[in-house]
Formats: sequence, C-alpha cells, structure tokens
Amino acid sequence: MDAEIKASAPGLGGRNWLRLGSMREAGLIAIMLALCIAMTFASPHFLTWGNFRAMLMSFSIEGIVVVGMTILLIVGGIDLSVGSVVCFSMVVSGALFLMGLDPWTASLIGIGASALIGAVMGFFVTVIGLNHFITSLAAMVIVRGLCLVITKGTPLSLFTLPPGFKAIGQGSFGNVPYVIVIFVVVVAIFDFLLRRATAFRKVFYTGSNEKAAQFSGIKTKQVKFWVTVLCSTLAGFAGVIYMSRFGAATPTFGAGMELNIIAAAVIGGASLNGGSGTIFGAILGMALLSVVTSSLILLDVSVYWQDMIKGCILLAAVSIDHFLHRRKS
Amino acid sequence: MTAAAILEIRDISKSFGAIKALTGVDFTLQRGEIHALCGENGAGKSTLMNIIAGIVQPDEGTIRLEGKDVTIASPSVAQRLGIGLVHQEIALCQDATVAENILMAAINNRRAPLMNFRRLYADAQKIMDLLAPIPVETPVADLSISNQQLVEIAKALTLECRVLMLDEPTAALTETEARRLFAIVRDLKARGISIIYISHRMAEIFSLCDRVTVFRDGRYVATDSIASVTPNDVVRKMVGREITQLYPEKLSPEQRTDRPVLSVGNLSYREGSDGVSFTLRAGEILGIGGLIGAGRSEMVQTVCGLRPNVSGSVELNGEPVSIRTYSDAVRAGLVYLSEDRKASGLFLDLSVASNISALDLRKLTTPLGLLDRRAEARQATDLVERHGVRMGGIETQVSTLSGGNQQKVAIARLLSVGPKVVILDEPTRGVDVGAKVEIHRLLRDLAERGVGVIVISSELPELIGLSDRVLVIREGALVGELEADELTEEAIMLLASGVRQQRSNARQVQNVA
Repeated sequence: MDAEIKASAPGLGGRNWLRLGSMREAGLIAIMLALCIAMTFASPHFLTWGNFRAMLMSFSIEGIVVVGMTILLIVGGIDLSVGSVVCFSMVVSGALFLMGLDPWTASLIGIGASALIGAVMGFFVTVIGLNHFITSLAAMVIVRGLCLVITKGTPLSLFTLPPGFKAIGQGSFGNVPYVIVIFVVVVAIFDFLLRRATAFRKVFYTGSNEKAAQFSGIKTKQVKFWVTVLCSTLAGFAGVIYMSRFGAATPTFGAGMELNIIAAAVIGGASLNGGSGTIFGAILGMALLSVVTSSLILLDVSVYWQDMIKGCILLAAVSIDHFLHRRKS
Repeated sequence: MTAAAILEIRDISKSFGAIKALTGVDFTLQRGEIHALCGENGAGKSTLMNIIAGIVQPDEGTIRLEGKDVTIASPSVAQRLGIGLVHQEIALCQDATVAENILMAAINNRRAPLMNFRRLYADAQKIMDLLAPIPVETPVADLSISNQQLVEIAKALTLECRVLMLDEPTAALTETEARRLFAIVRDLKARGISIIYISHRMAEIFSLCDRVTVFRDGRYVATDSIASVTPNDVVRKMVGREITQLYPEKLSPEQRTDRPVLSVGNLSYREGSDGVSFTLRAGEILGIGGLIGAGRSEMVQTVCGLRPNVSGSVELNGEPVSIRTYSDAVRAGLVYLSEDRKASGLFLDLSVASNISALDLRKLTTPLGLLDRRAEARQATDLVERHGVRMGGIETQVSTLSGGNQQKVAIARLLSVGPKVVILDEPTRGVDVGAKVEIHRLLRDLAERGVGVIVISSELPELIGLSDRVLVIREGALVGELEADELTEEAIMLLASGVRQQRSNARQVQNVA
C-alpha cells in the first residue's frame, strides 16, 4: 500500500529519513571495508584478532561517550566538557577509593558527580538561557581544574583496586574483553531506544524545530536538560571503566577527547544543527577513525601525521555531506 | 444567538510587561461559521489566538466553550478541547515525517514507552486524507511550501476538532494554491468545524468568510456580517481613519514615455528555457506576476548578479552594463529587495542605522578605513525621516520594529545608494494595511522622480492596483505583458497558469493542448 501511495504521488516519496541514514552508514562501511582490504595486503599484522581487539578496545570506552554526544547533538546541543568529565569521574572515584570506600560505591558516586555536572550545565542552558557551546566550554575548564585540585596535580595510583573491580577493564569472556561487551550492550540499548522509544522521539523533534515541538506541548527545556545530564552521565560511566582498566587516575586524562568524539558523531551523520544523527552511524565514524589510526601505525607513519590525517577525514566527510544535501534541495 | 455560539470570549485582557496587547476584548464564534479576524499588525489578533490555543494565559476575562467556562492552560488542553491553531509561520520539524508532525502532540502524550510507527502512519493518513493525498511517511523537508501548509492544518485538525484557527494561511501561497486552500476550508466548515480566519487580504475575507470582527490597538472595534459591510468599511475600522484610496494614482497616458531606464535583452537564467527580454520605462512601475516557482525571483536576481547569468545583456539608461556580481549591480545603480525580510533582507539584531549603511559602507568609511559614525547617523536619520519609519531612534534594534517599519528600513537601505532602478520582491508581505499604503505611495514617488521601479507580488490586487504594466512569467519564460484595461486578475491567472499564452511583442502564440 505504501508503494501505491508513493507511485501515485511522484516526487513526494523519495528520501526517507531512515533511508538516508542507512545510505550514509553503508557508505562508511564501504570505505572501511576498502581500507581494511587494502591494509590486509599492505601489512601482515592488520588482519589478526590481536589487531582488531586492540582497535575495538581503543574505541570501546570512547564509544560510550560518543553515544551521549550523538544524542546531545540531535537535540541541538554540544558538550565540550566530556573529556574533563571522564577524568573527573575517574579522579573522584579514585580519591574516594583511596579514602577507604569500596570501589563500587566510589564509582557510583563518581558517576553521580558527573551527572551533577551535567545537571549544572543543563541548568545554565535551560534556565539561565546560555548556549551549550559556551556553557560546556566553561565546564570543560572548571572540571579540569577540579580534577587538578582533587589530585593536587599528581596521578592517583590505584594498584590496590580489588581484582573483581579491575576485571571490568582488564578481564574478558574467553577472547572477548568485558570492555567490548559493555560497549556493545550500551550501543545496542541506546540505538534501539533512539529509534523506537517515544521519549527519544522528543529529542529529535526538539532538535529539528524547537518551536514546533513546543507547540505540540513538548517540554523542550526538560528534554534538553535531561539529554545534557545523560551525556555527562555516560562520560562519567566511561571514566569509571577507564579507571578500572588503567588502575590509575591521571588528572590530565581525556584532554582533547571531546574533539575526537564530536568528529566521530559528525562523520557518522549527526548534524550540528540538531534534528539528525544515529548511534550506529556515530560508532561507525569512531571505528573509521580507529581503523585509520591503526593503519597509520602499522604503516609506520609518524604519529605527528595522525592528527592531521584525522582532521582531513573529518573535513572530507562533512564536505561530502554538505554536497549531498545541497544536491538534494 | 448565544445558543449557537461555540466559543465566547468575554472581557479578555493581556499585558506583556508594560505593553497592553489586549484590553477587555470580546469575541463570539458561532457554530459552523468562518469568522474573519482583522486588524493591523499589533492589533492583538495573534495574542487572542495564542490565548485560545493555550500558548498564552490571559490576565483576566473568561472563555466559554459550548456554554461551559474553560481554562486553557496549555496547548495540549486546547487540543483535548478540540481547538486547533495553524500558525502564520510554518513551524514543522523538517527532519521528521509528515505523520510524526501531524501527531506530535499525541506522541508527546503517549504513555507507551515505544513508538508504534505502523499505527502512527495509519492514524496520520486518516487526518491527512481529509485535506490532500500526501503520503505521511514523507519527510516534511521534501514537501512544497503549500503542502507543508496543509500539514500544518492537518496538525491542528485532529479528528475531533471543533474550532480551527488559521493565522494568515495564504501568506506564502500562490493564488492557485490559495484557491485550493479555500476549497478545503469550506469543506471543513461543511463538516461542522467552526473557523477563525486571520488575514490581511480583503478579497479573501469577502469571498470566504461569514462574519468579520475588527480589532484595533488591542481593543474590540466591531463585528459585522460580511454581507452588510464593504472592504472599505473594514479597512476604515482597522486603521481608525479614512483611507480614501488604497492605491496611488497610476501614470496618465500623457505621462507615459518610451524612454527606457532598464533594458534586459535575451536573458537566459534557467537551463532549457528561452531568453527573456523586457524594458522598464521611465516613470512607470513595472509589475511581475506569476505563480510561486515560476522563476520571477530567479529572473530579477539574475539581472542583479545574485545568480550566475547564463547569457544576456543589461542596459541602464541606454548604456550597456556588465553585471557579474551584486556589487557590480549596486555600483551601476541597480538594487534588489529580497522577498524574505527575516532570512535574507535585514540584520535583525543590528540597529536601524547599521542596517541602512550595509549596502555601501565605502561611502561611510574615512580615509583611515574606519567607519564614520556621524555620517552613518546622518544618512540613517535622513532616510528614516523621509520614509516615515516609526521607531525609538536610529539605534533601535530592527527586530523590535513592526513588519511594516522593518520593510521601510529595508527600502531605506536600497535608497541609501541613490539607485537608478529598484527591484522589490514581495515588498508588502506580512505588512499591515496602513504601512502597505505608505509603501505603495513611496514606490509611486520614486517612479515619479525618475527611479525605475519593478515589483514582484503574488497578491494580484496589489500587482494590479500598483503597476502600470505587468509582465507574466511562467516556467522561467515571459508569457505575456498586460497594461491598462487588460490588467485583470483573470488575465494574469490565465497567463500564469498556462491556460492562455500570449507574447504581445513576438506574437508567439503557442498551442496548449
């Protein structure tokens, strides 16, 4: 029946929201496959479980932060403080553990403190009326400062963490590290929710046209507030996993991480204007950046080149997107 | 009478800070009528609509729906009561589908945690089918403006709608699209829906509505049956004074000259369409008519160098000029007023003075490369006084001005460079009756002083009332030229819609089978 309606109204059908999304995702997968095939020939170390495990590990934890960032971008916001918040969660949990708290409770408090930072940013955005960019820029600096204050500038050594807790970051199911399992579960849950949950539709509507959403009775400020909190909470969660993985809490950890995260989400199709983006796409964006990094290392390209090449990829992805959109309209 | 009333507004007042938007207004909507609500911008129409739709709460007064007192605390309460508002500006989520937009409020109120897209599409299609066969799975961004307008109406309708409010629904529509909309509105009335219709266009009100209520300065003025009043009566009540003549006097045959101010030769601006040639004569106002999308704006934008010119020539006062960019055009004395004041016409956040200076900053720059603020202020004060912009001062932020005054600022900017030809795209869109008359006078004055004036308008009465001569564009081609007695709404529509083809000069009559 759908086909009939579309056939009877030529020019009306065409692009579908989800279809464009999957087109972009197919494109990313194709680029990645091409890169992988080329790399397989270029380096004997590329197509090994060890290398893939390393790549997956490298973006799994950041991937959890990307999930929150993507949802925030969809609502029309942005969060530059995620790197600082990851570190904050780590440092708070670590410090509490060193004060004698059990690591699980300490971690929960660390995540809670991260959520609180999100709530403060949400307050400034929705009640005071500042924009996300400035608010989170200030938060980035303030929270980084807090990390340095708490640790007095020196890394906290947490080798006394109990093995049960360390297992989150270091253990594995046979060949598959827990970190990857956690990552896959988080992504699957939020990808599903974002596609199907009523609450998350409101995120799209608010980001697409806040006024239209308000006229439909959607409390857009509330939506923005909670999405801001969610993004910081996920960053806090990631921080705790990092702590478990490294057995340390470094007050400078995660500096510059936000740029990588935003780049991944944008390569994956999230719009800085709000209203569009998918979790799956953002994860593919993250994976692409990771494959590129890994390839550059295997090809013995100097680390100094890596950031430059990543930046170029971002520029290319956004340009292609811009071009496709212009063609459409 | 009261027995038949579906909605009764009594003694409603509303202030925003120090500004009184409504003072003790009354309004009664009868069951099954189309009731026009008129007034200049700022008369309080939109505030009343927002109160009825639950977006704004009144300070005092009562609202009775079907004889029962109601408090409309939020848009969702309004919706539950069967009250729908179609906003003047299209406010849809462009990224979402038609179905989601139509049922957004319902989605918001859903208890179920997961979306049921199949149900959503089916329910939305039922509502959409009342209006037009638009597939509801389509993203809104893919629809034309007029179809988006229909989605807005569908959104307000819901299935139990009793009162529907339409706020200037035809502002962005062409004549044909507007007619389709009228048919739909009449159909909704036949289904027993009572309709409040806001419009500035008298022709629409008199062909569509049963009664008309006029507001002025936030106060109720009168309610009349359409049959008992004339458009002039309504306009008089709106402005509170007699407007003796809606349009300024046209050129008399003796005043006509053949001296061309602007000649455009064989301008090709759209791939696959023939070149367009026309001449603007000294002293006349040349109108350009056609449907939206026919290429009117494209054509004049090409003349002004705002779009790449494929081929063609432009002569100003008999001298050929080469225009590749808009700054070439400005230097040559050819300026353009965009149809979208907010998006591409004005810097809303900047002051009146900076807006006026924007077209030629070089003139206001000192040899050291600094802006001469005194010269800027002098220029702005002079132009603003000459064109009757009402505002606090030249440092006033443009966004705080009414539509009419904003438009005058935009025109003042064009005149700051002393142009030879001004081209205005929909110069009175969203402007109230009083300001409209003033803008028309201003354009006539310019023409009389020898400045060439070209006006694009989708509003046929304006095009006919203002222009000495009208060119009709269809699908990128010039399909006709009308003047004097030939200049009627029917003649323009016949040409614009392709029922008739005429090229008065080339006499290329084509068969449209």
